[in-house]
Amino acid sequence: MQKVFIAGAGCTPVREHYERGLLDLALAALGDALDTIPASRVGALYVGNTLGDLGADQGQLGAYIADAAGMAGCEAVRVEAAGASGGAALRQGYLAVASGQHELVVVLGVEKVTDKLDAHLQTAQALGLHGEIEAAHGLTTTGAWALLMQRYLYEHGVAAEAFAPFAVNAHANAVANPNALYRFPISRAKWAGAAPVAAPLNMLDCPTLADGAAAVVLVSEALARRWEAPAVQILGSAAATTTVALAQRADLLALEAAARSGAQALAQAGLSRADIDVLELSDPHGITAVLALEALGYAERGAGTRLAAEIGRAGRLPLAIGGGMKARGDVGGAIGVYQIVELVQHLRSSEAQVALAQCLGGSGSTAVTHILSRA
Amino acid sequence: MNIAKHWRQNGARYRLEGQRHRDGTLRFPAQSLQPGEAAADWQPEQLARQGEVFSFTVQRGGAAGFDDAPWTIIALVQTAAGPLVTAQLTDCAPDEVAIGLPVELVVRRIGTPVADGLLVYGYKFRPRLLM
Repeated sequence: MQKVFIAGAGCTPVREHYERGLLDLALAALGDALDTIPASRVGALYVGNTLGDLGADQGQLGAYIADAAGMAGCEAVRVEAAGASGGAALRQGYLAVASGQHELVVVLGVEKVTDKLDAHLQTAQALGLHGEIEAAHGLTTTGAWALLMQRYLYEHGVAAEAFAPFAVNAHANAVANPNALYRFPISRAKWAGAAPVAAPLNMLDCPTLADGAAAVVLVSEALARRWEAPAVQILGSAAATTTVALAQRADLLALEAAARSGAQALAQAGLSRADIDVLELSDPHGITAVLALEALGYAERGAGTRLAAEIGRAGRLPLAIGGGMKARGDVGGAIGVYQIVELVQHLRSSEAQVALAQCLGGSGSTAVTHILSRA
Repeated sequence: MNIAKHWRQNGARYRLEGQRHRDGTLRFPAQSLQPGEAAADWQPEQLARQGEVFSFTVQRGGAAGFDDAPWTIIALVQTAAGPLVTAQLTDCAPDEVAIGLPVELVVRRIGTPVADGLLVYGYKFRPRLLM
């Protein structure tokens, strides 16, 4: 396998972009990421997208976007794994360059949701759950995480308020991110008084689904050296799955796919979690971040909320530096690519050397983890 | 139209029918055979009609077909025989539900008809009437 570098990264602001369609958002992010690289040099385009069919009434996003972007008939395909779609697309791009099949590929995450009403979007999002034994009974993705949180509170004797710092941290970090949806801080008191959405999850413990697109350019080592670009290297890439239905898991509160993909990505990079300077997780709710941190081994089972004191920008474990899903916004299948764009910018502008990005699909059924390093 | 899709699940939907493996494992719902498994490996078996609430949530708003109620209580029910079942709780208010609440099977309409107009019936659980 050959080394893979990120030579470009860009994204649109996450917004309710009523004036822009999916293609417009995609092309803006591609232009931002490619910068001076001609689109005709792109060997393949991998599109991470979750709701293209039901949210934007458009299938075959690979050809649809590649053609409009002037990519000269290149290989192009949509990759779907619910909320892990962006990470899964990045992994396809990584494999294409690492295998030597292509020397330059683009990974795009794009989501267009605001053309639809809420109930329709809930139906579309719930496609990431088990259709026959979860969604058919009315369970939503938010509801699935609420079931996990309720059980967590019961088993570990943790108060719901212990999860507040994750949303507070996400909002604090989003203030400095011009691409974030919600650029205002929130307090723990405001969190505690928020109305319930899917109890025990409240409104300030839930993200807003919004529109956006993010893209990264992956290149071979030869190309990265020739361009002498300030590149970031992908040191590890791993994906894993577990049951789609919560009820069929042997251990309900263990995110097994998150644990396995995290461990595999770190092993491939030859690093341990102690080497990670900054991380991005699927963090739509505090419970999601806490379960992922426990799966990655940062805390014992039931002790994840105690990491709250360390997740700030100056802490030992900076998390959600761009605002995370809570405040940057939930961009569905684009999350995994937004994470990379934010981490690349951070690695280029801070002392941080190594970053970990993990995104989850559905209730954690798919997990994709990447390890990035300043080259 | 999804008529056949719902009809295929009649064993699970109306009778809580799962499968027991020859090694004793009980699962719900019935699933197709994995490569290498023989038809005789799994036999149909109904789950117990009673269970306890293992976890629950009170959803406000919901997907199409579930968005006209002010709230929907959805639980993971630990059935007496073992498997967890994801189902709505009915005949109770949110503040009456707690982990450990004894519940029993009822068959009710699930959601309201959407585009295809189908009335879908299936399992829900309610607080157990006779202890």
